[in-house]
Amino acid sequence: MGLVSVTEAEVRHVAALARLGLDPEQIPTMAAELNGILAHMEILSKVDTAALSAVTGIGTAGTPLRVDGGNQIPLARPREAFAPAMRDGFFLVPRLATHEDQEAESP
Amino acid sequence: MTMPGLSAAELARQHAAGATPATKTVEQAFARAAEVDAGPSGLNAILWHDRDAALGAAATVADLVRQGNQPGPLAGVPVVVKDNIATVTMPTTCGSRILEGYVSPFEATVVTRLRTAGAIIIGKTNMDEFAMGSSTENSAYGPTRNPLDPTRVPGGSSGGSAACVAAGIVRVALGSETGGSVRQPAAFCGIVGVKPTYGRVSRYGLVAFASSLDQVGVFGRSVEDAAIGLGAIAGRDRYDSTSADVPVDDYAATVSETLKGMVIGRPREYFPDSLDARIRERCDAAFDTFRQLGATVRDVSLPHTDLAIPTYYIIAPAEASSNLARFDGVRYGARAKAAAGLREMYAETRSQGFGREVTRRILLGTYVLSAGYYDAYYKKAQEVRALIANDFQKVFDSGVDVLFTPTAPTTAFPIGAKSDPYEMYLSDIFTATANLAGIPALSLPIGRVDGLPVGGQVMGRHFAEATLFRVAFALELALGMAAHR
Repeated sequence: MGLVSVTEAEVRHVAALARLGLDPEQIPTMAAELNGILAHMEILSKVDTAALSAVTGIGTAGTPLRVDGGNQIPLARPREAFAPAMRDGFFLVPRLATHEDQEAESP
Repeated sequence: MTMPGLSAAELARQHAAGATPATKTVEQAFARAAEVDAGPSGLNAILWHDRDAALGAAATVADLVRQGNQPGPLAGVPVVVKDNIATVTMPTTCGSRILEGYVSPFEATVVTRLRTAGAIIIGKTNMDEFAMGSSTENSAYGPTRNPLDPTRVPGGSSGGSAACVAAGIVRVALGSETGGSVRQPAAFCGIVGVKPTYGRVSRYGLVAFASSLDQVGVFGRSVEDAAIGLGAIAGRDRYDSTSADVPVDDYAATVSETLKGMVIGRPREYFPDSLDARIRERCDAAFDTFRQLGATVRDVSLPHTDLAIPTYYIIAPAEASSNLARFDGVRYGARAKAAAGLREMYAETRSQGFGREVTRRILLGTYVLSAGYYDAYYKKAQEVRALIANDFQKVFDSGVDVLFTPTAPTTAFPIGAKSDPYEMYLSDIFTATANLAGIPALSLPIGRVDGLPVGGQVMGRHFAEATLFRVAFALELALGMAAHR
């Protein structure tokens, strides 16, 4: 595990992953607090758990992980391939009878 | 006026016999809440209440009795429920701004079961935001005060429920446990608190914090009150696949004056040299009582105990960072106004809606799950968790029936006394192990230090709640109600 040192850049990165908007002045305080907490977790790195994994199944093959970043999922086909009609990047759909704006265009 | 000194069972019997109308008992509970000022200007223990609905439900109990029906083991007994348990007539905010005004469209199974047992839900109680805290100071609606000393915390995170029982407003209350959030406030308030086995009670309608640890718990003014409360809510629920299909014992029937033949373990790691000598003395007196009651006390070791807090504070925030992702301003609760775009709306909503401790834990949880740190922190913590659970298994396999320890390393501390997050986390040092191992545990008052209650903890095998109650009943009887407040 090694001695931890959460940088301010890592706090910003983690906040972005967690969809939290931190004020710039909060970042150094939060980095210091996380470092203070994580320092107490160092003790776990000294525990021998080698014999355990095979018994409990923890991490034998590992949990499938995705990269840290946005969760954009690419489409197998472009949107246009399955959209009946599009305009300006939006799907065009049939007008509902309840729509009041009679002047607007519809496909 | 004060609440009658009747137990929950006695109250229910009086209501069922038609001797006292349930409406009168509910009126008395509201009068007591007013007398002790349980609202925001006083103890700040009750966040929401619905007097008309409560009196209506009490009138229904009275009608059932008049018609000759059995109204249930908690007939007409007033109960309060922690604000992270879903109710349909009152808000469910989890003590957070992000859920301000949120009313659940469905009811938690534990609430339905309480109502089926005849209980009257009179209010929702204050708590640390999303159950993250050990003092009930982290609520967006302000801290709850300890009824025994309003300058001190009631413990947490279920501090509002504990305060309501300790103040004599109700005999039974629901809380929730992730690392000690029922037992530690029970100890601080001089009442009984039980965390059942993981899977003993349905979590359908309990807002998730850390799903591998969360469990609904029960407060009681006495061991019997807690036993009746747990009996009413325990058992398999088809709406919660993590609830276990294990028969529920009649906990209130396990009263025993003797502990002959029982082996009670004294784990040395829970009595470190640094433990307050006066708390150690109270525990030693309890061990003497166990011997007098016919039990054998055996020194045992749970060698990985000192790893519990680091392990817990990796696993719980990691799970919380995932569970709390749903609070995004779209699906639940409040939404930030005038954000520039969707991502900005998420970030602003969550930053405005979550308090400091919740923000800290989401960041910590996201960090320990992030690339490069997952194995070192989260995977390692899961492995150490298995070691902690193995410690308990070995001790119980060696013939020990229950373990007895202090519930918390201190008595109730002054509001604002703990500013360092990790110092606060250490309040859970004797309780988080049971959550990590999934075993049941109970706290009951065993005496006082400087006028403040000290809690003793009984821990047992999975689904051995009846054994915990038997030991606790016997100790409570022997110590006398003077050990309570």
